Amino acid sequence: MTPNATIQWFATGRRIFRGRWLATLGLAWLVLVVLAAVFAPLIVPFDPLEIDPVARLTEPGAAHFFGTDHFGRDTFSRSIYGARMAIVIGLGSVLVALLVGGLTGMISAYFTRLGAFLMRVVDVLMAFPALLLALVLMTLLERSVMNTVLVIGIVYATTTARILFGMTLKLKNEVFIDAAVCSGAGHASILFRHILPNLISPLLVQASFIFAFAQLQAAALDFLGLGLPPEVPSWGNMLSESRIYVTRAPWLLLFPGALIILSVFSMNLVGDALRDSIDPRFKNDIKGV
Amino acid sequence: MTQSNPPLLDVRGLSLSVATGDGLMPVVRDMSFSLNASETLGIVGESGCGKSLTSLAIMGLLEGTPVRVTAGEILFQGRDLLTLPPRERRRIMGNEMSMIFQEPMTSLNPVYRIGDQIVETIREHQPMSKSAARTRAVELLRMVRIPDPEGRIDSYPHQLSGGMRQRVMIAMALAGSPRLLIADEPTTALDVTVQAQILKLIADLQSETGMGIILISHDLGVIAETCDRIAVMYRGRVVESAETRDLFATMRHPYTRGLLDSIPEPDEDVDRLPTIPGRVPGLDERVDGCAFNPRCARASAVCREEDPGETAFGGGHAARCHHPLEPDA
Amino acid sequence: MTTDAERPLLRVRDLKTHFTLKSGSLFGGSKKLLKAVDGVSFDLAAGEVLGIVGESGCGKSTVGRTLTRLEDATGGTAEFDGREMLSLSKAAFRPLRREIQMIFQDPFASLNPRLTIEQTLAEPVRIHGLETTREGIRARIARTLTQVGLDPKVMSRHPHEFSGGQRQRIGIARVMIVEPKLVIADEAVSALDVSIQAQVLNLIKDLQKESGISMLFISHDLGVVRHICDRVAVMYLGRIVETAPKATLFSAPSHPYTRLLLASIPRIRPGRIPAEDRGEPASAAAPPPGCPFHPRCPIATDICRSERPQPVDLGNGQFSACHHAGKQQGEAA
Repeated sequence: MTPNATIQWFATGRRIFRGRWLATLGLAWLVLVVLAAVFAPLIVPFDPLEIDPVARLTEPGAAHFFGTDHFGRDTFSRSIYGARMAIVIGLGSVLVALLVGGLTGMISAYFTRLGAFLMRVVDVLMAFPALLLALVLMTLLERSVMNTVLVIGIVYATTTARILFGMTLKLKNEVFIDAAVCSGAGHASILFRHILPNLISPLLVQASFIFAFAQLQAAALDFLGLGLPPEVPSWGNMLSESRIYVTRAPWLLLFPGALIILSVFSMNLVGDALRDSIDPRFKNDIKGV
Repeated sequence: MTQSNPPLLDVRGLSLSVATGDGLMPVVRDMSFSLNASETLGIVGESGCGKSLTSLAIMGLLEGTPVRVTAGEILFQGRDLLTLPPRERRRIMGNEMSMIFQEPMTSLNPVYRIGDQIVETIREHQPMSKSAARTRAVELLRMVRIPDPEGRIDSYPHQLSGGMRQRVMIAMALAGSPRLLIADEPTTALDVTVQAQILKLIADLQSETGMGIILISHDLGVIAETCDRIAVMYRGRVVESAETRDLFATMRHPYTRGLLDSIPEPDEDVDRLPTIPGRVPGLDERVDGCAFNPRCARASAVCREEDPGETAFGGGHAARCHHPLEPDA
Repeated sequence: MTTDAERPLLRVRDLKTHFTLKSGSLFGGSKKLLKAVDGVSFDLAAGEVLGIVGESGCGKSTVGRTLTRLEDATGGTAEFDGREMLSLSKAAFRPLRREIQMIFQDPFASLNPRLTIEQTLAEPVRIHGLETTREGIRARIARTLTQVGLDPKVMSRHPHEFSGGQRQRIGIARVMIVEPKLVIADEAVSALDVSIQAQVLNLIKDLQKESGISMLFISHDLGVVRHICDRVAVMYLGRIVETAPKATLFSAPSHPYTRLLLASIPRIRPGRIPAEDRGEPASAAAPPPGCPFHPRCPIATDICRSERPQPVDLGNGQFSACHHAGKQQGEAA
């Protein structure tokens, strides 16, 4: 990134978060989570998979900040590595949802006949509650990180398709699209050069919400034993494994639960801030007066 | 035009500013004019000159916008609207002065029949039964020359043409029998044949009711045909004002002249249109001295340094220019 | 004028563009035919500027959009340079897009906000293979920007950094950069303020004269049309009611609708005789039978209510689709 572009990004960021201390806190928390995920091996005091039968169900203290679980694994270390899983799940689901859903929506709006068919498929998928759809798909597949990402991505691809369908439909009738046609531009150029760049901001907002919902969805799947393989240290798995110890070792639920809530809440706040910043109602264009 | 009682509307030194991230930016400066009953004042200027904001300020419709009144007074029948208690002001706004806008489609609620909307407006102004209000609504529709008012009263806005919708809007504006009507680009969205009809209607209604009218338009032709007096605005200032006949006989301000010359007219052939060079500077661009000096062929050193005061030429003709045009120029 | 021995650049015959309107209840609903353009014929000579005037809904914009294939014609022919173009497939029409260009009304909506001026202007050059190197494209863009009165340095900027007048110049640059033969200008100056409108009008006139392109100038503003056009066609409810050389149309209009239009324009100098109030145009979705103008026409007779008038040659290039054309010249304006 050139220094100029960096400054521009910084300025845009300041514009979005100015006067929104809650969203700024949310952003700070997310930065913390990302840092924890990236530098996990340097931070953790213990191997998250290391079993220590002597230290089973130790209360939080100086040695184990978040205590230990029924195998004596360090909950703090597992939580840090859980941040990694959270980000992998979030980014992966966003990628799948935007690619599959975004393309479906755009193409459906642009090629109306094909679209009439594709959007009916989307309608049918949307008739299922999100979690039920994810459950059905997961039971057909093997438990793995890849499949979890794929399933959650597909679930949110439906809403993404709907949103992009509407937006593309509107953009398609813009005068600058007519102008591009008159310049001789073909379908691919119109879709990807003229329409897509105008969808970046709404896509970004959509991505932030999918990222947040994917966390909940993944946690729910983990909890039901249909998500990530049980040995993977994810916040959802941690919740799932510890639920039988809830009375003896409440910290086992407390920490991963709090992490999920905080992260989803933060992501939603950031998403709200992003959405407000692109909502035309909040743009004061003084040229219009 | 000598009257002992105060004019219907007397605007004195009105200044408006818009609040932006970088503080207050003036959008209308030191605007003064007065209007008598049965008189029509035209305010003409290009987009961004402040003509619409002026009308919103008079109507008290600036609330909720980033625009503020920073100085001046708006005397309506001798009373300053800006210092009236809000309740009293609202009462005047609805009854004694009203406004029509450019876009008749967006000003009408598409899900209600026009009759219901007129009845509601009438009952806001004066307490009366629904059936009495409906009778009055039919009367108003007849007043604005809508054919078959009893039948049309139950139409939805989308069932009417643009011209008919504007007539409905005018009918609603007349509901409180206003003394002052502000028409902001009332015919801009309409076709030329319909525009002629609406302008004639407004003129007819004026001679029937004796109301004072402020007509805001970018179209010098519309203004010239309908107004008794004209105020030409440029970048927040009235740069020239005069009786209509005087103005077109002798233009004093180079901007007025330039504006007139740059209009291609259907009755004459010119090989090349005279133009005003450049463009109106943005609000955030600072211009020292006369706001028009960067585009003015007559600009001299003094124009770049000093904002010209108003020079009177007699007969109510005034212009803000250091080097006003001579009558023959 | 079309007295040249050579064939016209554009020859439009009986052009029809009908739209199907789905009017609607929630389930089912009926279909309605909107005859936006219903049998329009005209010739456009090389280097000529033909104005199309009329009120909103008369179909003038649809004529332009059909001739640029933004809408599909439902009937008729249009020969461009001797070649019928309405029946060409979209792919076969693509090369013709270079020669037939369009200037749009709204300078704020017609430029992609996400692209720089350079990207916008480079697109047609690249698509039509007019330049092959990056330097060649840039040089061409710089040349064209200078031609429309803009500093070539602006090419790295985005549309929002420009005023309406400047944007319209960019829109004109996008058209001129491919050196078209025919330019269709659809209300090209209507969205601009008066002082800016004059600048852009002068620019369009200069460019047209220099390059000798033919132009179809669509506008509702008769003053603008008089200033820029050689010949004018007046449209009413999907049909051309009168065609005449500019001087004839403004001094001796033959169709009652043309007269109504001229009489309706508010004038700066006093002297207009106001037209009689004769109601508003019918909807194009339900045009009246016979002559579409008859409900508003002061001289309508029985034949006007039943029979659709065909264009009558009044001499000197003036055609009038009026049953009474030529018989009542000078009377009842």
